[in-house]
Amino acid sequence: MLDLIWLLPTFPLLGFLILVLSSGQLSKKVVALVGAGSIGLSFLVAALIAVEFLNSGAEFYSMTAWTWMSVGQFTPGFTFYLDGLSLVMMLIITGVGFLIHLYSTGFMIDDPSYSRFFSYMNLFVASMLMLVLADNLVLLYLGWEGVGLCSYLLIGFWYDNPANGAAARKAFVVTRVGDTSMALGLFLLFAQLGTLNIQDLMGAAEANWTSGSGVAVAAALLLLGGAVGKSAQLPLQTWLPDAMAGPTPISALIHAATMVTAGVYLIARTHILFELAPTVQLLVAWIGLATLLMAGFTAMTQHDIKRILAYSTISQIGYMFLGLGVGAWSASVFHLMTHAFFKALLFLGAGTVILSLHHEHDIFKMGGKRKQLPVAFYSFLIGSLALAAFPFTSGFFSKDEILLGALALEGPGTWLWLGGVVGAFFTGIYSFRLVFVVFFGESQAHHDDKEVAGWNMAGPLFILMVLSLLGGFIHIPVESVFNHGEAHEEHHVSGLIHGIMIAVPLLGILVAYLFYGGRQLSADKLMANPLAAALHKFWFSHWGMDALYNTLFVRPFVYLAKLNRLDIIDQCYGLVVTLSRAGHGLLAKLQNGMLGWYAASLIFGLVLLMTLGVLL
Amino acid sequence: MIIVLLISILFFGGVLAWLAEIIDPRLPRLVALLAVILDFLVMLTLLGADADGAWLVSFTADWIARFGITIYFAVDGLSLLLILLTAFLGVIAVGSAWTEITERTGFFYFNLLWTLAGVVGVFTALDLFLFFFFWEVMLIPMYFIIAIWGHENKQYAAMKFFIFTQVSGLLMLIAILVMAYLHYSQFGAFSFRYEDLLNVETSGALGYWLMLGFFVGFATKLPSVPFHSWLPDAHSQAPTAGSVILAGILLKTGAYGLIRFTVPLFPEAAMEFAPIAMTLAAISIVYCAKVAFGQDDLKRLIAYTSVSHMGFVTLGVFAWNEQALQGAIMTMLAHGLSAAALFMLAGGLQHRIHTRSMAAMGGFWAQVPRMSVVALFFSIAALGMPGLGNFVGEFLALLGAFQANITLTTISALGLVLASVYSLWVIQKVFHGAFTGDSDQQGQLLDLDRREMCYFILMMLGLIWMGLYPQSFLALSEPVLDGLLSSSSELFAALGRG
Repeated sequence: MLDLIWLLPTFPLLGFLILVLSSGQLSKKVVALVGAGSIGLSFLVAALIAVEFLNSGAEFYSMTAWTWMSVGQFTPGFTFYLDGLSLVMMLIITGVGFLIHLYSTGFMIDDPSYSRFFSYMNLFVASMLMLVLADNLVLLYLGWEGVGLCSYLLIGFWYDNPANGAAARKAFVVTRVGDTSMALGLFLLFAQLGTLNIQDLMGAAEANWTSGSGVAVAAALLLLGGAVGKSAQLPLQTWLPDAMAGPTPISALIHAATMVTAGVYLIARTHILFELAPTVQLLVAWIGLATLLMAGFTAMTQHDIKRILAYSTISQIGYMFLGLGVGAWSASVFHLMTHAFFKALLFLGAGTVILSLHHEHDIFKMGGKRKQLPVAFYSFLIGSLALAAFPFTSGFFSKDEILLGALALEGPGTWLWLGGVVGAFFTGIYSFRLVFVVFFGESQAHHDDKEVAGWNMAGPLFILMVLSLLGGFIHIPVESVFNHGEAHEEHHVSGLIHGIMIAVPLLGILVAYLFYGGRQLSADKLMANPLAAALHKFWFSHWGMDALYNTLFVRPFVYLAKLNRLDIIDQCYGLVVTLSRAGHGLLAKLQNGMLGWYAASLIFGLVLLMTLGVLL
Repeated sequence: MIIVLLISILFFGGVLAWLAEIIDPRLPRLVALLAVILDFLVMLTLLGADADGAWLVSFTADWIARFGITIYFAVDGLSLLLILLTAFLGVIAVGSAWTEITERTGFFYFNLLWTLAGVVGVFTALDLFLFFFFWEVMLIPMYFIIAIWGHENKQYAAMKFFIFTQVSGLLMLIAILVMAYLHYSQFGAFSFRYEDLLNVETSGALGYWLMLGFFVGFATKLPSVPFHSWLPDAHSQAPTAGSVILAGILLKTGAYGLIRFTVPLFPEAAMEFAPIAMTLAAISIVYCAKVAFGQDDLKRLIAYTSVSHMGFVTLGVFAWNEQALQGAIMTMLAHGLSAAALFMLAGGLQHRIHTRSMAAMGGFWAQVPRMSVVALFFSIAALGMPGLGNFVGEFLALLGAFQANITLTTISALGLVLASVYSLWVIQKVFHGAFTGDSDQQGQLLDLDRREMCYFILMMLGLIWMGLYPQSFLALSEPVLDGLLSSSSELFAALGRG
């Protein structure tokens, strides 16, 4: 069974090929069957493989389909590598992926480009599976770029609107900056260690590099560049909110559950390298903390239902980075999984809201939708509870583990923990602000249609609700992957700490209630204060980062490109032409047919030559 | 003998095509197509050839014995890859001219086939005098193709193309003659044979100048900054078939020359020069990507991206290690297909809407879905998506170059970001967004027909093959590079000891 692992990316790839080659000739039923069915098959195979792998007790399994290229020492292959970490990832991708595909068969049913949508989706899943199953960094890079491409195609799926195209290009180019850093990291690793096979690489790094050595730091930094791009962390997080221009299931699949966590996966996969570069590892934690706080502030100010969720995603990935940075590897992967459950639930719930309300995105134009949209309401309620780490929901366990990991770190650990707790407070506020504003209070009369949620949309939501509630009790089999890195001694923390970690999110929910549920406090009154209004504006623009990047990079580049449209180098050749033409004109003028001129110049020339002869 | 046959088929095919016009103006294209396909098939027989020493096959005959000039052809894995590319793109070029060229068809296909013959000669001639002969043969018919069948500013573009290549070719000719003379002074006889000239001692300042002569000749053809500016004009004015040959094949003769002649003949000087060449490469990559982004003329834009991509070739060649060289060769092959396809798309658009200006394009996706998908594919290939050939080339080139020069490789890697900027901009401007053409054009734009789809699919399959199983190609060039690298490493070792 294990040797069928190549089938995992093959099914979606075949689905993609069928859908592309049929060029829109298939009926929507067949498209849905091919599109969602291929992922379903992959999930089935993944589940069987997982059972067999876990029963076998082996630490890893690998198989080579073929050698990609062989140039000197450089011999990356199409080789799949399965261990506890890739097992968790492949189950999330195919499992949550299948649910989202199923949901999409209903969500996208009225779209004329139904087939194109599923072809991109399938290609995405195939690439994502390559990414997590790759045994070498080049193959991982193939998946890495592949998911980036699909992300681009799907963000710009409704291409008639240039704004969507701009968002898609922004996503691709910004992540490509990170990807290029990662590629340089690959070059450095190969130049230093002579291989890009991940396991060999980690072994060689451990054997050859001392902790904190310059090369290790440089290599870890370059890979981190790739990770922050893909996972939308500081300083490359600006693309993700705009990426919400894509259809909502895309936001659930790519921009919440799977692709954006690729950076977390990359760092977890190469965690030995990061342990060899402790400063970089600590940087990961600080980046995570800064991002999660920044995005938390911004999420509290947004009006667009999807942008709130987008900033929440950035913030939650910040938690994962925080966990990675403090060495709580398995806690981060755990949070990656629970986040995939509850954030997919929230996005799909948001999709139901948006579809039912005729593409309304502004939460302040909704209100009181509890009765009208019951499925969406329970999706949001449960998803938000898990997101806010309400006790015993899935998010509670995973966030708890990350924060305890931070606390266990000596030195800056306490500060990182404190920051994370503050972030959890914000999470409570922004997630329940959304719930109270959309589902409670006064109903806006102009949207009173029935909820759009057929079985293929409601079914996945129910499953995700269960997973979001109970996902915290799933045990992820990653001990053998991280065993040498994790601090295993049970860290005894006082009841007070636990009490704080339980109480703070509840406090956040309470604040949200006071402002938006019971309306005992008024946000409008707060806004009357000019300082608060200014801060609100600043946070709303996500700390002015887009404006900053536009001024620093985009505008100068466009300006220079326009300025040099004619290519200054070509202009220089033009100068040669002009000069020779001028010379030609000058000499032609001497040919004026006047004998006196000729005689005079003859004598002048003679004198000149004689003078030169005398002088030299 | 088989190499002579390869060139003769194209030479005589060209003459025949010219004559065929007398019978029917549609006949020359058929003759040309048959000749190129026949040539391709004959080349395929070389794939099975057993290596005879360094060469798979070779052919020698006397020509001007007094000066040691011979007719000496030989093919190894490197030249075989490139002549296969030549014939393959030859077929495509004939296909792209099929309906576009309607005037003086006989003379057109004559020029087309003679250009191809010249290129095959360049890739196989190993007597440098003969090499230079073919270098000129491929130039003049190309001049005619641009000057006669080109667009609004064809005379200017053709003349610019001619002067740039001619002046740089002159420098190379001087260097070749001096090399033959050096052989005379060192060994007592004139020779233009490649193997003989490899033995000529070329250290010192003279060697450096000679190397520069070769470098300028080849770098102009490649082209590299600062000798690139003929290319945008030539491409924007040339008919589609001309662009296909220009971008797909002619540029590669420059790259081939660098690998085959510049570095092996002057290893010391080339290594001394390497940092400068790699700097020019990095500038080409970044600078031309930026200039490309600023263009409004679609063909000019693609032309500048060509210069940018060829920078990876220069970078790889002067890094001179196995990964870098294989990367350079893969880039040549993959760019040959992707650039040719992009120029054909641009040509196809120009044919349909009579402009190359992107300002007049937009929202074509719904109008021409097949063309849009094809354009998306080749843009994605050009920006270096893994799984397609261009990625293998550029990744290997950078991987190898990194071992030689970290700073310049890092700058060059910025090209990966910029490539995504201009590629996606083209897709946005031309295919996405709302339809911006004249409203009466809406629904009248013709999508790719079966013939066009046919050769685009061929090129797509080629790029996918190169991307997923590049080993088929790498294996052919591997022994050649091993030979080149081992002889130069001996030399460097000897230098190290001295």
